[in-house]
Amino acid sequence: MSVLAEVPLAPNPVEAFIRSERIPHVWCPGCGIGTTVNCFSRALLQSRLNLERVVVVSGIGCTGRVAGYLQLTSFHTTHGRAIPFATGLKVANPELTVVVYSGDGDLVSIGGNHFIHAARRNQDLKVICVNNFTYGMTGGQVTPTTPLSAISSTTPYGCFEEPFNLPFLAESAGATYVARWTSYHVRQLTHAMGEMLRKKGFSFLEIISGCPTLYGRRNRLGDGLDEMKYFKDKSVVQHGANTKEAGIGFQGPIVVGKFVDIERPVFLEQMNQQLARTLDAQYAGCVGDYVPS
Amino acid sequence: MDSKAKVLAVRQGRYCVQADPAGVLTGTHFLDGDQACCEGALAAGCRFAAGYPITPSTEIVERFAQRAPLVGGIFLQMEDELASSIAIAGAVWAGAKAFTVTSGPGFSLMMEHIGFAVMTETPLVIVDVQRGGPSTGLPTLPGQADMMQARWGSHGDYEIIALSPNSPQECFDLTIDAFNLAEQYRVPVFLMMDECVGHMTEKVVIPPPGEIEIVPRRYTSLPPSQYLPYRADAHGVPEMVRAGDGYPIHITGLTHDERGYPATNYQAQEQLVRRLINKIRQHTDEIVRYEETTLDDAEIVVVAYGITARVAMQAVQMARERGIAAGLLRPIVVWPFLEKRLRELANQARAFVVAEINCGQIVQEVERAVSGRAPVVLVPGAGGAVHHPEEILEAILTHASTREVLR
Repeated sequence: MSVLAEVPLAPNPVEAFIRSERIPHVWCPGCGIGTTVNCFSRALLQSRLNLERVVVVSGIGCTGRVAGYLQLTSFHTTHGRAIPFATGLKVANPELTVVVYSGDGDLVSIGGNHFIHAARRNQDLKVICVNNFTYGMTGGQVTPTTPLSAISSTTPYGCFEEPFNLPFLAESAGATYVARWTSYHVRQLTHAMGEMLRKKGFSFLEIISGCPTLYGRRNRLGDGLDEMKYFKDKSVVQHGANTKEAGIGFQGPIVVGKFVDIERPVFLEQMNQQLARTLDAQYAGCVGDYVPS
Repeated sequence: MDSKAKVLAVRQGRYCVQADPAGVLTGTHFLDGDQACCEGALAAGCRFAAGYPITPSTEIVERFAQRAPLVGGIFLQMEDELASSIAIAGAVWAGAKAFTVTSGPGFSLMMEHIGFAVMTETPLVIVDVQRGGPSTGLPTLPGQADMMQARWGSHGDYEIIALSPNSPQECFDLTIDAFNLAEQYRVPVFLMMDECVGHMTEKVVIPPPGEIEIVPRRYTSLPPSQYLPYRADAHGVPEMVRAGDGYPIHITGLTHDERGYPATNYQAQEQLVRRLINKIRQHTDEIVRYEETTLDDAEIVVVAYGITARVAMQAVQMARERGIAAGLLRPIVVWPFLEKRLRELANQARAFVVAEINCGQIVQEVERAVSGRAPVVLVPGAGGAVHHPEEILEAILTHASTREVLR
C-alpha cells in the first residue's frame, strides 16, 4: 500500500452523475467533450433540479456518446434526430427537463432541419452543441462548421465551403437563449449551462472544443494543450455581440459570451392558449401545468 | 374471427383493461377508412400523433388534430417524416401511446426509425396508406407495393408485425389491435392500408368502451436498483419504465446488454438480435390471423389482402358459379406470415392464385410456404387501380381441373 492510498480522498463532486461502470470512455486524450460533461454535471449539481426529471438525449457521434455516460435517464437516438425525439418526450411530458447534447455534424448537418424548426417553435429544449469542426467518430471529415481552408479527410486540399455561424443560425431561427464558450472556459460553461437549465424556451449553447486526434493533427495544430492555448489566446468575450459577426475563421478569433437571452412563449404555451381560446371548456388540456386558468 | 376475440386470444394472460371512454366515439357511423383509423387510435388510448402531410393518409391526422384536443391528446405536425417517426418514439418513452401515418415516399423516410424502434423495443404504430410507387408515383391512386418494405425496409435483421385491413370497419378494429400488439411485443406495428380502403366510406360500428380491450403498457414493479431495462420475461419481452419515473436508464440503438449499455461485440449481438427476432417468431401462431372463405373443398386457393381481397372474393364467387371449387385465404396479419396454414392448404390445393397490387411481393412468401407442391400464380397490378375480378377469375379457370371447367 502506498502512502497515497491511505489518505482519505474527498469524493469527486461529479462522480454521482457518471456511470462509473462504463469508464474508460471512448474519447481521445485531449478531447474537450469530457470537460464539457464535467461542467454539465456541476451545473446540474448547482441547479438543485429533481434529477429524476432531467433527461439527456444525444444523437450519433463522439458527443452523441455523452448520454451514455451520464447517470440520468438518457437516450442515444439516431443520427441527427435527437431534437425531434426530445420534442416528443417534452411535449408528452412537459414536467421533464430535456437536454439535447450532441455534436456539430449531428445537430446542424444531418439534423439541421430539426434544429431550425425546434428553435422556430420555441420548444423548451436545452441544446448543447460541442463543435469540434469535424466528424470525429468517422475519422475527421468536413462538417458544416469546418472553417474555410481547414484540412479534413474529405477536404484534403482545404475546406472551400462557407461554414455555418451557429449562434447566428440559432438566433435567426428563433432561439431564446444563445451563448458560445470554448472547452477552456469551464466556469463560464458551467454558469451558462445553469442558466439554460433554468431558462424556459429553446436554449442553445455552442462549445468550441478541441479534437487533437483528427482536426488538430491534420491541421498541424499541436496537441490538446495547444488547442486550449488557442482558445485562451483567441477568445474574445463579448456579451450581447451581434451574432451575425460571430463567424469563426481558421484559427481566427472566437467571439464568446452570452449573445441572446429573451422571453418568448414556448410551444406548449402557444398551443394551450390557442386551443383554450378556440375551444373554451371543450379543451381537455394537455398534460402538465401550462393550461391557462 | 372478430378482432376483439382475437385480441383476447393473443394476450397470453396479459393484463387487459377497458378502453378509456373519453376516446371512444361509440355508435354507428359512416366513415372512410382514414377517419376510422383515427377513431381506432383514439379508442386504443393513443393520445399522441406526429405526422407530415402526405396523400392519401393525411385525413387520419387531420381528424386527429381536430379530435385530440377534446380528449387530452396532442397532434404535432413535424417538419418531415424523419422527425415524425422519432417524435413518436420520444412520446412513447414519456409514457404516451403514439402513432404516425404516412404513404410511400414518407414511409421510405421513416425506415431509419423502424430499426430504432425495433432495437430499443419502443412500442409504436405506423400507418401506411399505400399508393402507387416507386418514388412520388401515384399520389391519389392505390397500391400494395410497400408490403416488403414494411417487412425489410430498415437495415439489419428484425421481425415486425403488420396488419392489412380491407374495410373502414377493419381500419378501426385493426388499429386497436395494432396498438395492443405493439404493447404486447414491444415492436413497431404497421397498419398497411391502401388508398381504396383509406378513401372508401362505409358503415363503421364503434362499440362501447367496455367492449374494447386495451393492452396497457407493462411497467416494471422493480425498484431502480434491481431493474434492468433489457432483461426479458419468458416471452422475450422486457418491462418498461417512463422517463421521469426515477430510473436512470440508458436507451440506445447500438447493440446493448441487459443494462441497456452499448456492447458492440459478437456475443451481445447474438443474444439481443436473436431475442428480438424470436419474441415474434416464437409467437407466430398467436399473432397470425386470416379469414377463410369456402376453402374446405377448394382446389384453387386465392390469396389476397386489403382492397384486393374484396375483388378476389367476387372472382371466387364467379368461379363457384361455374362449378369450380375456389376459395379465398385473406391474411389479416401479413407479417409474421401465415406459412403454416399455406403448408396445410398445399396438401389439398391444385393451385394458388395470388392477387396483389404490385408486381410480386407476397406471392414470393406463398411460393416459399407452398414449396413447389402446387403452382403459385401471380395476378399482378402495377398500381393505380384495383384488379378486375375477371383477371383473377381467368387465373382460377386456367388452373382449375379441365374436366370441371368443361362440365
